[in-house]
Amino acid sequence: MSSALNSQFFDLDDSSDVQEFYHSKGWTDGFPIVPPTPEAVQACLDWVLMPPNEIIGIEPVRERAIDAEKLAINAVMAGCLPMHFPAVVSAWMAMLKDEFLLHGTTASTGGCAILVILNGPIRQEIGARSDFNVLGSSDRATSVIGRAIRLALINILQVSPGAIDRSTLGHPGKISYCIAEDEENSNWPSLAESRDIPTDASAVTVLAACAPRQIMNEWTTKPEEILDTYAAEMRANMRNYSIWSGNYVVVMPAQHREHMRAAGWGRNEIANYLFEKARIKRSEWSTVGKGSVIRDKGDTEYCALPSPDHLLLVAAGGPAGGFGAIIPPWLGMKSQAVTVAIGACVDCEPPESSKLE
Amino acid sequence: MTLRVLNPTSESTVVASQPAPRLQSLEGKTVGLISNGKEGTAGFFAHVDRLLRERYSVAEVILRTKSNYSAPAEDEIIDEARNWDLAITGLGD
Repeated sequence: MSSALNSQFFDLDDSSDVQEFYHSKGWTDGFPIVPPTPEAVQACLDWVLMPPNEIIGIEPVRERAIDAEKLAINAVMAGCLPMHFPAVVSAWMAMLKDEFLLHGTTASTGGCAILVILNGPIRQEIGARSDFNVLGSSDRATSVIGRAIRLALINILQVSPGAIDRSTLGHPGKISYCIAEDEENSNWPSLAESRDIPTDASAVTVLAACAPRQIMNEWTTKPEEILDTYAAEMRANMRNYSIWSGNYVVVMPAQHREHMRAAGWGRNEIANYLFEKARIKRSEWSTVGKGSVIRDKGDTEYCALPSPDHLLLVAAGGPAGGFGAIIPPWLGMKSQAVTVAIGACVDCEPPESSKLE
Repeated sequence: MTLRVLNPTSESTVVASQPAPRLQSLEGKTVGLISNGKEGTAGFFAHVDRLLRERYSVAEVILRTKSNYSAPAEDEIIDEARNWDLAITGLGD
């Protein structure tokens, strides 16, 4: 079965040797990896019905091709089972679109990570959770999918710290940054549906994203007041980090969503409100030590969102608590969120050989 | 019993590009500066411009700025660069 694989192989004594060998080569994120055996890699390829040399896409700036075999090796190392691999493949297809500007996002001193948002039936098929600790270690599926994105960047595109990755700080999402939307407990169309993915299709959305900025408001039931807290955090990001308009994620927990639902507010009402409220004037830079670059544009108004449609509203979080988050874009619209459906062959059955016991 | 594992890195060989012939002198030459457009580049490249003219007798210094500092230079800039004797870029973050 492994004869079709093209990668160089190593015969090592045991799992401990594998760990030390891969760490010594700089092929890990510092955590232990799952040994990428030919059998495990082939099982991932079988699941997505791809030959090893299938080109997932080409990184357009450095013109590096990404093939299915190398992606599968890194996915196995990250802990992925075959059933997790379609999300990894689809996320990479999205990341390789021109508008995502993968090279810029991964090389920048700005230190963003690649946030992956899952929608559709695949969430439940792979056990992705959308509730407790959703922005942390919520479940196996999102943890390993997010990690696979990073390991593949490190190993296939040399996005290692100090090599292509020139981040000044980075953030913890650069280890793994994947969440799933809580579609079952949401009164609005899913993020993927709002971005023209058919209902019932699974999809991934990728965004070059900063770390989450958490907010709390448990002291009102009014949508406007709840959203004023989110908007204030977006404005703070515009003052302190980047003023430019882009795709902001809002992660809204069940407690806030319930107040929205009771008031009849859906995705459009929320997006329209934040579009109006998340604005600052350039003169506000003087309050945060950036007065030297205001120049003659102090009265110019900037909006966090180019349009309400650029808001990536995600229902997620535990059942109790008025804690939400905004996740800012890396740098305005220099990199844009991309959503793609998972799997061109949605009705295909994976081969018997790759089904789980 | 050994464990067979696979190389996770890209193994395809990237053909190295050939550097342009080195100039023996900058005197009378045309030098292009490709700026990424970041805040710090204005003063930096102005200084480089002055040094090139005053210290190295460069005939002409042309400054071009990318529209997106995280993306490659536009085709128009690359095309124009074919007319320069020397280009300086990748600096000024």
